Amino acid sequence: MTNLTSSPGTEALPVVKETKSAGRKPEAKREVKAFTGLAHIALFAWALVTAGPLIWVLLASFKSNTEIFLGKPFALPEHFSLDTYFDAWGEAHIGRYFLNSVIVVLISTAGTMLFGSMAAYVLARYKFFGNRFIYYLFVSGLAFPTFMALAPLFYILKNMGLLGTYTGLVLVYIAYSLPFTVFFLAAFFKTLPYEIEEAATVDGASHTRKFFQIMMPMAKSGLVSITIFNIVGQWNQYLLPVVIMTGPGAESKYLLTQGIANISTSAGYHAEWSTLFAALTLSILPMIVVYAIFQRQIQAGLTAGAVK
Amino acid sequence: MRRGKYPFIIGFLIVPVALYCTFVVAAYLQTFQLSLSSWSGLGPIEYVGFDNFTKLWHDELFWKSIRHNIFLLVLLPIVTIILAMVFAFLLNVGGGHRGGTTRGVWGSKVYRVIFFFPQLLALAIVAVIFGRVFGPDKSGMLNGLFPESWKPWLFLADERYAMLCILIVLIWQAVGFYVVLFSAGMGSIPAEIYEAAALDGATRITLFFRITIPLLWNTVQVAWVYLGIAAFDAFALVNIMTVDRGGPNGASSVLSLMIYRNAFEFSQAGYASALGVVLFFLTLTFAALTLRVTRRDSVEA
Repeated sequence: MTNLTSSPGTEALPVVKETKSAGRKPEAKREVKAFTGLAHIALFAWALVTAGPLIWVLLASFKSNTEIFLGKPFALPEHFSLDTYFDAWGEAHIGRYFLNSVIVVLISTAGTMLFGSMAAYVLARYKFFGNRFIYYLFVSGLAFPTFMALAPLFYILKNMGLLGTYTGLVLVYIAYSLPFTVFFLAAFFKTLPYEIEEAATVDGASHTRKFFQIMMPMAKSGLVSITIFNIVGQWNQYLLPVVIMTGPGAESKYLLTQGIANISTSAGYHAEWSTLFAALTLSILPMIVVYAIFQRQIQAGLTAGAVK
Repeated sequence: MRRGKYPFIIGFLIVPVALYCTFVVAAYLQTFQLSLSSWSGLGPIEYVGFDNFTKLWHDELFWKSIRHNIFLLVLLPIVTIILAMVFAFLLNVGGGHRGGTTRGVWGSKVYRVIFFFPQLLALAIVAVIFGRVFGPDKSGMLNGLFPESWKPWLFLADERYAMLCILIVLIWQAVGFYVVLFSAGMGSIPAEIYEAAALDGATRITLFFRITIPLLWNTVQVAWVYLGIAAFDAFALVNIMTVDRGGPNGASSVLSLMIYRNAFEFSQAGYASALGVVLFFLTLTFAALTLRVTRRDSVEA
């Protein structure tokens, strides 16, 4: 844990002896043991590298500024008090930023899923003129980096009077989440069987009803994966809020990522590092709790995009 | 049977398509349009032909930023994929075999959970954390860990190391995700293949290079594309973490930051759009190159 740059054990893979085929049994056993030992060292080292900075943030959030400047980053704080946390929650408005983020992400993910699955369903299962064109229009959005269009996006929102509003932010989140959502769900809807749908048609179900009552429940696993993907992606968004949540009075509407960055800048001016660390801890802790509960679903949801 | 098909199709498509066209398609198209203008963001738009691109050609910061993006584009995928591959292999096959099956090392589930966690953190939050980890005095985590007698390292404030710090942070965050991704891939490799090879006396190293890597090649390519896209971004890191945002002296400037600052701080919407167009073609080139490499490899395999 002395140096973050050390890449534990990558190149130091054991060059075990492959010679001496005579008496391979004990050799092989020793090889496995040595290998397992080195594997543990490498894995443990990376676990430390991963968790170290986070543990350090937690410890430092309880320390006074003088303690922080003493060095000894992993020493326990002299006394535990929650004052820094009250500062972060109240004065630094972490509570408000957090709530803002929750509201925006709830609405925009719900919107993304509704509109994304509607579009994906129609594009995947209905033949009509222009189907391919609209599909490729959506999918081509995957190839463009978001920040390429920053300036025009800003002025589009400005002309619509949506700058600095959650409405604008939510609409933009939905629009920029659509390409991947449509791409993923269209592929998913295509794999669903046609027989049940046909039976429903014979029974006189309308198209809309078939979608909500038959296709959506059947597509549940895909929908869950992509919902998690969108929640995490939108929760972590920084560029779009920075561009859109500007203008007078925008500071009270900041989202968490923006707020933290803002606190970090002002902490530099006032040298209130412990408040910053408390704010960081407050924004990381809920993620850990959610992760602990939904660990399996989250890993599946986030990697689903790459496996496709 | 298909009664009411068209009203239904239109009803389902109209909102998503309208949203997408207003905020995404229109914005991308206008980027190309504005790149040929000297628009500041206010007043009438004046077209100046390719002036912005000539200006770009002579802009020293632009070339610096491109170099930094390419630095990330080359090193981020390579280092991340190698680290993730090795860890995934150790987790899945590191435990030796008992009763004919190869097992993961003890505690592999716990490792996987810990490794993956940084992926859930916003890059903005990671940037704030590492801004302090790399703090240039004793309050920084790394300088705090160094022996008392050492002079504090400047890290981000040193022109030579600023980009390296950014690379390290990106790797720190990305590795866990790809460990999980590769683990899933390795899980789908039939155990019989490993067993057969192990019976023939193959060592772990041989297994890794001769079986795991070739069979995972598709996943590796996906990883390459994803990491390449991440390398073109890095905006949050550079904007929040670095000294003077992109400094010192432009030593950590990247294209995304240049676009942002030109558009919103220097009132150069036209110039920012020209940068956007360049970025678009760079991404396209990257995608085409990746596809090219993909095709060749799949023939070889």
